[in-house]
Amino acid sequence: MTYWQDIWDRWQFLWDDRGDGVTYWQWMFSAWGYTVSVAAVSLVIALAIGCLVGTLRTVSQHRVVSSLATGWVELFRNIPVLVQLFLWFFVISEIVPGMRGVPSFVLACCALGFFTSARIAEQVRAGILALPRGQRQAALAMGFTQFQAYRYVILPQTFRIIIPPLTSEAMNIVKNSSVAFAVSIPELISFAMQTQEETSRGIEVYLAATILYVITALAISWFMSILEKRARVPGLSSQGQGAH
Amino acid sequence: MPALDFSFYTWANISTYLLSGLYFSVSLTIAATIGGIALGTVIALMRLSGIKPLEYAALWYVNLLRSIPLVMVILWFFLLMPSAFYNLFPGDIGQKYRAEICALITFIIFEAAFFSEIVRAGIQSLPRGQTFAGQALGMTYAQNMRYIVLPQAMRNMLPVFLTQTIVLFQDTSLVYAIGAYDILKGFEIMGNTFGRRVETYIMAAVVYFIISFALSMLVKRLNEKIRILR
Repeated sequence: MTYWQDIWDRWQFLWDDRGDGVTYWQWMFSAWGYTVSVAAVSLVIALAIGCLVGTLRTVSQHRVVSSLATGWVELFRNIPVLVQLFLWFFVISEIVPGMRGVPSFVLACCALGFFTSARIAEQVRAGILALPRGQRQAALAMGFTQFQAYRYVILPQTFRIIIPPLTSEAMNIVKNSSVAFAVSIPELISFAMQTQEETSRGIEVYLAATILYVITALAISWFMSILEKRARVPGLSSQGQGAH
Repeated sequence: MPALDFSFYTWANISTYLLSGLYFSVSLTIAATIGGIALGTVIALMRLSGIKPLEYAALWYVNLLRSIPLVMVILWFFLLMPSAFYNLFPGDIGQKYRAEICALITFIIFEAAFFSEIVRAGIQSLPRGQTFAGQALGMTYAQNMRYIVLPQAMRNMLPVFLTQTIVLFQDTSLVYAIGAYDILKGFEIMGNTFGRRVETYIMAAVVYFIISFALSMLVKRLNEKIRILR
């Protein structure tokens, strides 16, 4: 009895007031909200840029365009995400005119989104190259322009192929959003570090934050598996190959 | 836009602020790669052993560490590492380099989860006939692994190992969370000392980029070499 009472007592701090009318409990969920929203906004940025850059890398007629896209990928892939975050906060917002007043949430999303865009571009490119060459040739033979071939034939198939690697990128972006603690975004890691200092309940706080990260990861993988089932074209899935 | 001034990068300042940080980042990368591959191989062998308790232990190890951010793992280890552990080191080294020692152990354990998946894929990509042939020759499980399976699997995995090492090198910057003195920390202290944060963060990015890019070129060349050999 006292054992369970003891454990219960150790979690009581969650209902304590931080001093500004907010309990640790409420703060924890707002921190989770920050983690999820930083990750979600970054993912949208990363998908938009990543799909564009990844597609441009496969356009072989325009050497300049495809090498610019390659340069983009190499640049954002070879600098650690934490350093990129600092670049946005202490370099770009300092020396680029008009960036000074941009809220830190936006800067963090840009940093994380641009970093992930390089990785998504690689997945998109790999997906396009994995399609049989005949798809593109057939589209061009039907009189499609290059743009139409991508729009109606190549990209719709590519997006279906790359759902599994995109799932792991979506889970990565949640994990990578943890670096935002370094620029004082009040997300889960910031919450865990500060609450640990204020209450000395390190194990309980870290456990709570860890569980929330695991729940988020599980939710993404569940959502993406539904998406994958929905998007599947009968007869086109990789499972279907080799059946004959 | 303020003018950029890189004149404070004198040799004296570089060796004062940056070299020990660079040394720590590089040695952390190398030690965590070697330690991670060693521990990762053990975990991969557990996973493929066919003994249920070992299999589940390995599965949990990998899945748990892969679903938590590295920063969280670093914080956990820094919190839970008993103070007595640091006293095992001679003199005051243990207490002086708490964060660095803790980072090293965390990275080996964390990266082992990722390396074990690579090793598992490498072993599974070998034709089963290799194992059967070893068994037919009367080799024990250990001999089979030591002389037949692992040497071939490791050779196939070399490029993937190196790619993971590049990721690992970039991840070492996250020891920022516990204040270990790595190259990024060196740049940060330098920037604060001279009041030149813009220039130091630009240089930090340049240094990370050069090292990572050079390594990725190496991987590319290695891949071409291996392709020709086959």
